[in-house]
Amino acid sequence: MHASVRPVLSLKIPPTVTNAAARETAAALSMRMTISKLNFFYGSKQVLFDVSMGIATNKVTSLIGPSGCGKSTLLRTLNRMHEAVRSARLEGEILLDGQDIFTQDVTSHRRRVGMVFQRPNPFPKSIFDNVAYGLRINGSNVPISDAVEKSLRRAALWDEVKDHLHKSAYELSGGQQQRLCIARALAVEPEVLLLDEPCSALDPISTAKIEELLVQLKDLCTIVTVTHNMQQAARISDFTAFLLTGQLIEFSPTPQLFTTPGDPRTEAYITGRFG
Amino acid sequence: MATTTTTVPSAGPVVGSRSFLSRLREGDEIARIITFLFAASVVLITLLLVFELWQGSVLPRHKFGFNFFRTSVWDPIFDQFGALPFIYGTLVTASVSLLIAVPLGIGAAIFLAELAPARISDTLEFFIDLLAAVPSVIYGLLGVFVVIPLMRDYIQPALKNTLGFLPFFQGPMYGMGFLTAGIVLAIMVIPYIISVSREVLLSVPRDQREAALSLGSTHWESTWKVVVPFARAGIMGSIFLALARALGETMAVTMVIGNAPVISASLFSPGYSIAAIIANELTEATSDLHYQSLIELGLVLFLLTFILNGLARLLIVAASQRGRGMGNA
Amino acid sequence: MNSRLRWRKFVSGFMLTMTGVCALVSVSVLFFILGHLVYHGGTSISWAFFTKLPAPVGETGGGMANAILGSAKMLLLASLIGVPIGFFGAIYLAEFSGGTTAFVVRYAADLLNGVPSIVIGIFAYSIVVLPFKHFSTLAGGFALGLMMIPITLRSTEEFLRAVPGALREAAMALGASKWKTIVTVIVPAAYRGILTAVLLAFARVAGETAPLLFTALGNRFWSPGWNQPTDSLPVAIYRYAISPFEDWHRQAWAAGLVLLALILVINIVARAILSRGIAVPRS
Repeated sequence: MHASVRPVLSLKIPPTVTNAAARETAAALSMRMTISKLNFFYGSKQVLFDVSMGIATNKVTSLIGPSGCGKSTLLRTLNRMHEAVRSARLEGEILLDGQDIFTQDVTSHRRRVGMVFQRPNPFPKSIFDNVAYGLRINGSNVPISDAVEKSLRRAALWDEVKDHLHKSAYELSGGQQQRLCIARALAVEPEVLLLDEPCSALDPISTAKIEELLVQLKDLCTIVTVTHNMQQAARISDFTAFLLTGQLIEFSPTPQLFTTPGDPRTEAYITGRFG
Repeated sequence: MATTTTTVPSAGPVVGSRSFLSRLREGDEIARIITFLFAASVVLITLLLVFELWQGSVLPRHKFGFNFFRTSVWDPIFDQFGALPFIYGTLVTASVSLLIAVPLGIGAAIFLAELAPARISDTLEFFIDLLAAVPSVIYGLLGVFVVIPLMRDYIQPALKNTLGFLPFFQGPMYGMGFLTAGIVLAIMVIPYIISVSREVLLSVPRDQREAALSLGSTHWESTWKVVVPFARAGIMGSIFLALARALGETMAVTMVIGNAPVISASLFSPGYSIAAIIANELTEATSDLHYQSLIELGLVLFLLTFILNGLARLLIVAASQRGRGMGNA
Repeated sequence: MNSRLRWRKFVSGFMLTMTGVCALVSVSVLFFILGHLVYHGGTSISWAFFTKLPAPVGETGGGMANAILGSAKMLLLASLIGVPIGFFGAIYLAEFSGGTTAFVVRYAADLLNGVPSIVIGIFAYSIVVLPFKHFSTLAGGFALGLMMIPITLRSTEEFLRAVPGALREAAMALGASKWKTIVTVIVPAAYRGILTAVLLAFARVAGETAPLLFTALGNRFWSPGWNQPTDSLPVAIYRYAISPFEDWHRQAWAAGLVLLALILVINIVARAILSRGIAVPRS
């Protein structure tokens, strides 16, 4: 476990949060991660422009915006997944618990900031081995089967699979596979969990189950999601960031962004005029 | 109110439902028949080949039955023909070749698929494809003049000194033999393992790799514990392909194996393979039984490669489908 | 960083380096082979090599003119057998056939492709050599032609199929019959791939030895016509390499260099044709 979270009060609160009360709320919260003046390039093409925001501890933050606005790109910088692409280049600062993530060892960092992907992608292994994977490679102080059970319970999947732990993960339904991926990510006890449109490939019932799950999980870790579905963002998140063509247009507590958006572009998007 | 019915005209030329005469007039039917004949000839040739192998081996099948595969005496003078030494030699050389080629080949494929930037990967793959085009007699040439002396003067003595307590590395060292043939075969089949495995590895969905990395895996861990297992069906397929090639290989083997129908645990011993004895004795067979026994060996080779190639194809197809469909229910 | 992580990172770096070594070793074999051929055979390549007949056994000198001609004749015959069957058969598969027939033909072609070359030799021996009671250039060309069929067939079919449906529909909408569409639109669109397929099949059989052992056998002299046994480059290499004569070994190296150079050049040219621009855009 790393140093305890220090509340970062006078953080660069983005000027787009215009409401004074909201600013106070944000200031009172601690920021698990902070992003400062982030500019992101694929080769010579710039994809993110001067993005600055904070990710509040133990809250759900959603990134919304039309296709191609850069929300997934932004998400992937948080666990340094962009480094898998050779042409990717990043300027700016990202801090986790006040430390620059680019000075840390990338393998350790990724254990602290986990990710769940858009399409469920369990490994070609059994349900048990999927969840145990992270534990086995990183080493675990507790017996693996206990840790696996704990993660599956947290992902609200235990009761459905407890008698079938050694079956192939591919025998599960789409929604179950996604919860398995969440369990797999939770097994290494990350501080932050990133989810990139986790429900876009799922049916409404599975989606509802996962939304419920995410709200419960925030007590355990900080959650950041990217979603196409505005209603989902409105339902589950505490803070919402609206991005448009690589720029952060507005970042506020969710109720405020959806009822009294500060920027006309935000209003246009959430009322469905585009995107 | 009066309603009128209109017939909707069919959209576009509806081929296949034109009349036979109109097709004939435009020459399409003739074209179809001619091309069909060519395509059918392929099937006929294949059927004829299998038939010839089967008919051409009727004598020894009736005379020896399954004992053909259990006896090790091959004596044209007394009309005694047992296939065991050749089956043994074929299997031993193929096994040695796989033991060498599989780790090397999969390792190289991993490098080409996971590590090398696209341009280097493609360039190296180009060279590997050229290597696959080298004819077997050239490998034989190098086998005779380069590998055999190397084995005799350096490698075999070294193995005997270090591992001579094992039965595999005992006995006189001539340079030729099972081990040499296995090594030459290994070089010949590596390109097959590399090119198929590389393709299968490249087709593993990106987010498998990313999921492993996002759990805190090192690059090697994500490759070895997630990507390679995902592609294992295709990799197995490439190994079967390589094995089929190794079993059927004639020239390079016959030039370095020593051509002695011997069954020996020592890898330094000269031996014989099925393809080699057919090559050496078919045109000089002394009797019908002799000739047909060689044909029966050919039939065995055909069946083995047929099964292996079939399995390989199934596995490779299954592997590429899994990459696409992600195995979702 | 704890020690376990340090170890894992070390293993990662080490194993990934090893895979690079594997790739390097595998690729360097090609240059090893070429290097040896050039070194041992380069000096023996002369005008005499290409124009003279072999010298009497035991004497030095002489060339491989008859083997080169024999190979050329058999490859010509092989192409005359393999290319039409492969080409027209592929047209049938791509343009005319229904599902089951196509499956059967493809299965047969794949089966034929996987047959070890020595078994092809047995087959050619039993249906061409035995009935006519002698070895011949004809039999050798036949065996090689059989081997060309599946390669030409499957590759050509793939390239024909890759021609976009839009082209076919456009031609038909203009009133062209099916075979006219094939001749004037589809084949020209796929010609690069078809040419590549033929070249690669040709290169493949140019190096084959085993089937020729029972069909064309070998011949130290010229082989006029098609009905007599003939020598070929691969068989000559084999025979000279296993002989006890130094001079013959030298010539085997030279022949090996010529054969491999020919095959590699054809391969490289074929791939260049294909990559120059696939005349058919991938859908």
